[in-house]
Amino acid sequence: MADREERRFAEISRESVKFMAESTGVELGDDVAGLLAEDVCYRLREATQSSSQFMRHAKRRKLTVEDFNRALHWSNVEAICGYGAQDTLPFRSAKEGELFFIEDRDINLVELALATNIPKGCAETMVRVNVSYMDGKGNLEPQGTVPSAVQSLSDDLLKYYQQITRAILGEDPHLMKVALLDLQSNAKIAALLPYFVYVISGVKSVSHDLEQLNRLLHMVKSLVQNPYLYLGSYIRSLVSSVMYCILEPLAASINPLNDHWTLRDYAALLLSHIFWTHGDLVSGLYHQILVSLQKVLSDPVRPLCSHYGAVVGLHALGWKAVERVLFPHLPAYWANLQAVLDDYSVSNAQVKADGHKVYGAILVAVERLLKMKALSLSQQSDGGSSGQTGFAGGSICYRVSSPGLSPPPEPLSEATLGIASHLQAGGAGCPLEEWTPVPLPAMYCELYSFFGDSLAVRFSTGPGDARKEPPGPTSNPDTTRKMPQLTANLNISPRHDGSPRTDPTPPSLAATGSGRSLTRSCSSSSSVQRSRSSSRSGQRSAGLSRDVFPKARFTSSQTGPPAFSFLIGGRQMGLRCQGRRPFQTNFAPTPPLSAVPPRAYAHKLPVIGRVGKPVRRWACSHYSLHLPL
Amino acid sequence: FRAVPDDGGLVDADEDKDIKTEASNDSWGNNNANDGRLLSPSPGSSASAGSNKSAAGASEEQQTLLAVLQFLRKNKLTESVEILRREAGLPEDSLEPKGADSLLSRVTASSTAGAQAPTKVAAGEDQPDVNVVLSAYSQQGDPALYEVYYSGLKRFIESVLDCHRAELSQVFYPLFVHMYLELVYNNHESEAKAFFEKFSGDQECYYEDDLRVLSSLTKKEHMRGNETLLDFRTSKFVLRISRDSYQLLKRHLQERQNNQIWNIIQEHLYIDIFDGMPRSKSQIDAMSGSLAGEAKREANKAKVYYGLLKEPEIELPLDDEDEEAENEEGKPKKKKPKKDSLGSKSKKQDPNAPSQNRIPLPELKDSDKLDKIMYMKEATKRIRLGPDNLPSICFYSFLNAYQGLTAVDFTDDSSLIAGGFADSTVRVWSVTPKKLRKVKSAADLNLIDKESDDVLERIMDEKTASESKILCGHSGPVYGISFSPDRNYLLSSSEDGTVRLWSLQTFTCLVGYKGHNYPVWDTQFSPHGYYFVSGGHDRVARLWATDHYQPLRMFSGHLADVTCTRFHPNSNYVATGSSDRTIRLWDVLNGNCVRIFTGHKGPIHALAFSPNGKFLASGATDGRVLLWDIGHGLMVGELKGHTDTIYSLRFSRDGEILASGSMDNTVRLWDATKAFDDLETDDFTAATGHIHLQDNSQELLLGTYMTKSTPVIHLHFTRRNLLLAAGAYNP
Repeated sequence: MADREERRFAEISRESVKFMAESTGVELGDDVAGLLAEDVCYRLREATQSSSQFMRHAKRRKLTVEDFNRALHWSNVEAICGYGAQDTLPFRSAKEGELFFIEDRDINLVELALATNIPKGCAETMVRVNVSYMDGKGNLEPQGTVPSAVQSLSDDLLKYYQQITRAILGEDPHLMKVALLDLQSNAKIAALLPYFVYVISGVKSVSHDLEQLNRLLHMVKSLVQNPYLYLGSYIRSLVSSVMYCILEPLAASINPLNDHWTLRDYAALLLSHIFWTHGDLVSGLYHQILVSLQKVLSDPVRPLCSHYGAVVGLHALGWKAVERVLFPHLPAYWANLQAVLDDYSVSNAQVKADGHKVYGAILVAVERLLKMKALSLSQQSDGGSSGQTGFAGGSICYRVSSPGLSPPPEPLSEATLGIASHLQAGGAGCPLEEWTPVPLPAMYCELYSFFGDSLAVRFSTGPGDARKEPPGPTSNPDTTRKMPQLTANLNISPRHDGSPRTDPTPPSLAATGSGRSLTRSCSSSSSVQRSRSSSRSGQRSAGLSRDVFPKARFTSSQTGPPAFSFLIGGRQMGLRCQGRRPFQTNFAPTPPLSAVPPRAYAHKLPVIGRVGKPVRRWACSHYSLHLPL
Repeated sequence: FRAVPDDGGLVDADEDKDIKTEASNDSWGNNNANDGRLLSPSPGSSASAGSNKSAAGASEEQQTLLAVLQFLRKNKLTESVEILRREAGLPEDSLEPKGADSLLSRVTASSTAGAQAPTKVAAGEDQPDVNVVLSAYSQQGDPALYEVYYSGLKRFIESVLDCHRAELSQVFYPLFVHMYLELVYNNHESEAKAFFEKFSGDQECYYEDDLRVLSSLTKKEHMRGNETLLDFRTSKFVLRISRDSYQLLKRHLQERQNNQIWNIIQEHLYIDIFDGMPRSKSQIDAMSGSLAGEAKREANKAKVYYGLLKEPEIELPLDDEDEEAENEEGKPKKKKPKKDSLGSKSKKQDPNAPSQNRIPLPELKDSDKLDKIMYMKEATKRIRLGPDNLPSICFYSFLNAYQGLTAVDFTDDSSLIAGGFADSTVRVWSVTPKKLRKVKSAADLNLIDKESDDVLERIMDEKTASESKILCGHSGPVYGISFSPDRNYLLSSSEDGTVRLWSLQTFTCLVGYKGHNYPVWDTQFSPHGYYFVSGGHDRVARLWATDHYQPLRMFSGHLADVTCTRFHPNSNYVATGSSDRTIRLWDVLNGNCVRIFTGHKGPIHALAFSPNGKFLASGATDGRVLLWDIGHGLMVGELKGHTDTIYSLRFSRDGEILASGSMDNTVRLWDATKAFDDLETDDFTAATGHIHLQDNSQELLLGTYMTKSTPVIHLHFTRRNLLLAAGAYNP
């Protein structure tokens, strides 16, 4: 009872009983309520005590609702339904009055029932055996710590380790390829994992040697692709090594002749690959990485190559990351970049060239962002009953679904969803600034104000109606400043990569293949894939770019899906500069996005339901094409 | 100052004689005091108790018969009444004279106690008997005086000589409980609370769990249907006290005219008086802790045939096995007696072994003989374990067992592993490359050539080959599973109150054994197959045969759930562990309880017999492993080290090593040879049951092996002494 001083048990107060009674329409006297309260407390204690035996026999430490229900069942009391979820229920308090309740979310059953991305069940229960202790030895330390594994390396393993590292870091490229292939498929190297991870963490000490950095990244890739390895907590170390290559102003980048851009691209690709294939292990890192990328991006002191890394890193993490971090930062960043690009002094030439790289990377990222966003919106509005609501409906829908209540039912939204939802889940305590999704038209308008037609062309080919005629590359020959989209090859995405695998390759693709064979042995996982992607060789109208930026190294092995028409777009001089207006096409505020399917790039987009495909298909991607392997 | 301490030392010969007669009077007194209530409820002890007090027994038996008659008549079973009366030779009017009500109630009460009742009366059903049981409390004193009485006794016990204090302190706990219950029963709620508050802190820490239950109970209404309470009321708390100490206590109580306490001692306590030195505190602590005090000494006096049965004669193929396998038609031509350890051991009959056919055992089939041969071959390759040669450990992790792994078993040859899950499925995996296959359907079976040599191979359906099979049928978590020795069957016991028998040929359920109407916590096949035992929440362990849908024996006597069950290697005995914190050993032949082991301080969750059948190891939630000598009925060792519930115990094949697996994510290995060798079982110890345990856990502990945060819920030694451990990894 409430008036007792010592409280040995949880107690239900007289008032609670009265409230409960009132809610069912019964009036209770004080004494009755008191007696009832006491009896209820006793019965609760009794049930709790008997529920503990179900826990003990289930060999658990945690008492579950189910245990309690079993206790109730065996004492002929009805079970309490609705609290069986495994995860903890959020316990909330109402501000007014001392009221505590368990949050009960509404679930949209219709959406749930019609969702096409049917979640896969959890993995099959299985038994795996491992020899834990040989002859009772090795018992001094708990298993799983690194040192214990170190001491127990057999001679064979040690030899293997030496050979592999020597081959990978050595001179012979052929040997390296063999070693990497083996590393990728060998089932018995689990014990060596800590060693390899340690070797890879040596990136910091070879930041002057691009070749070595590349090789170490290859090693990461092989380890990540090895299906027999469980990376566990080592993934963190790997990710940090990769991040180092993406973001750090490497010593190698001092010399402009060094092609550190490729390294960064490759590392970014690797990063996204890790996220695709080991999402479960690194989900906790996603947010952390976003923050560090954002930090780099917002730090003007950092060299441009770091900024470039941040942009490609964000791009690699998916369009939602771009939307979340890059897009809000663009206005601030733009000013800095603009200053660099507008400086024509000779001493600035190198910096300016770097600036162009960043510019290109940003462009690619935002284009993809626009595209994916439009796509997700159109999918949503397709799903909705009225296609006419179009944009407005779509954006509302998106707004509702995005702040992390439940994953939006966008079947076509790229598989980033899984990661993005982590991001949203962690949103509560996140240092990332408050973020509200910007509706597509607004976003497009803003981006257009930065990039001008170089952006618009890409976008308008999709939604169609607003623009009658997509301007070709020659449509604006008078651009004040021609800005070849050098880094357009960066817009390689899971979508583009994945699609040729499942779709019949468009004839144009095959036709344009110049037969330039690309060494993709280490990156592609299937031979089919290899042949396909190698058929997609570089067709670039990059001659101009070569002239302007002789050092840019994309020129040699540029590839891109031929269906992309590469445009040389104009860059806006300043934000909302009037002078650029002739080149800007008027954009209808609410183009009926959904009304006309995005025709121009539709064939490159996966059909509905593709999301369910294993994310592994991202394993092979264009980035690797740039790799001198 | 008081002279009481001296009294203890001044027991002269004259007094001594006095005491002896008094002691016997006391036991009489106990029986007479029972008259108003019920018989000694423990079925195991009833036999021995009966012989002990034969004079009293006769009259009591008569009364019991009368009560039964009364009951039958009341239920209008007139024919039965006639028959019973005729058989018992009772006069026709025997029913009339006595108070019918009291007799009837006595019997119903004693049946609730579990003596003869096959099933426990469900809590919550109407229980007329409860009132009767409790009514013993109706005689009450002044509630205000309870504290005075208790603290008076406390003062007295604190002032006696050290050697007696420890013994007399045993009285505190049962007295405390009964006094508290009396207060509660008589609606003195506030006094009861005050009493509890004041003295609960004095009780031994190992009664904490019971005290918690007790403290939650503050009203008379609560006492209805509270099982713990019923246990306390219906069973006498057993104390072992030396004669000197007992005498002291008795004299004190009589001097003080402390009838309240004396009544409780008379009615609710069974004081087992022994001659000799009072026991020390550590000795007492080692043996106490169970729900109803220690075991009576008589309870452990019965002869137990703990020896192994003679191995059947099987011609062992010679060492050149390969050739043997090739000439198939040839049975081994010459019978050369094998001289290895196994062979010689099985030749001569163990004097402690039961006769070969004491329990009818199934005939060995040809396949069993083959398996025995395999076993012997493997045994010759067995690694000799010891402190310097510890076993390798393989850990079988159940991955993605989100549904909750609740039980695991390996076949004896370690070829199959089965898991019981909380989602009521049973899954069987093949641990060897050999896949699991079902037998073909009946239609397909008709097509195959029954005369062919490989007919056993042909009946299997290759299309069904898979690494694992799922057995669905239960409707609640599966708490116990057990493979049959011939690997053809699997037993599973579940929360739904059934035990199911599955065929591992067709992977279907063959039989559902219903009998426990409550969750069945554990089940195990006999080492010889055919029989199995199960135990559950209804506090009864049952012995079944696979071809009978009703149990063959029911072992009742535990005061709380039967949590684990194990067969003795010779299949003649069954050990059960319970959450009343006792272990009982039951004779399969007659269903008698032949041993009661007390000493654990928590519910028992693991039992293991040593391979030679002499010893039993038990593990409980208190994290301790206790070792018991079955022949002498003594505790012979205590292994401390685990920090959480022990769910699995296993002896190595030769019995040198004891492995224990626990919730604390470790496997520990103990030197069993040393633990059993160091034992001095002199006649005195054997006679009195007083044990001196030296604390040598650290010397006996050979190794502690951590898992990767996986509780160890099963252990198994392969035939070559490789240790297999199993558990579910649930991050």
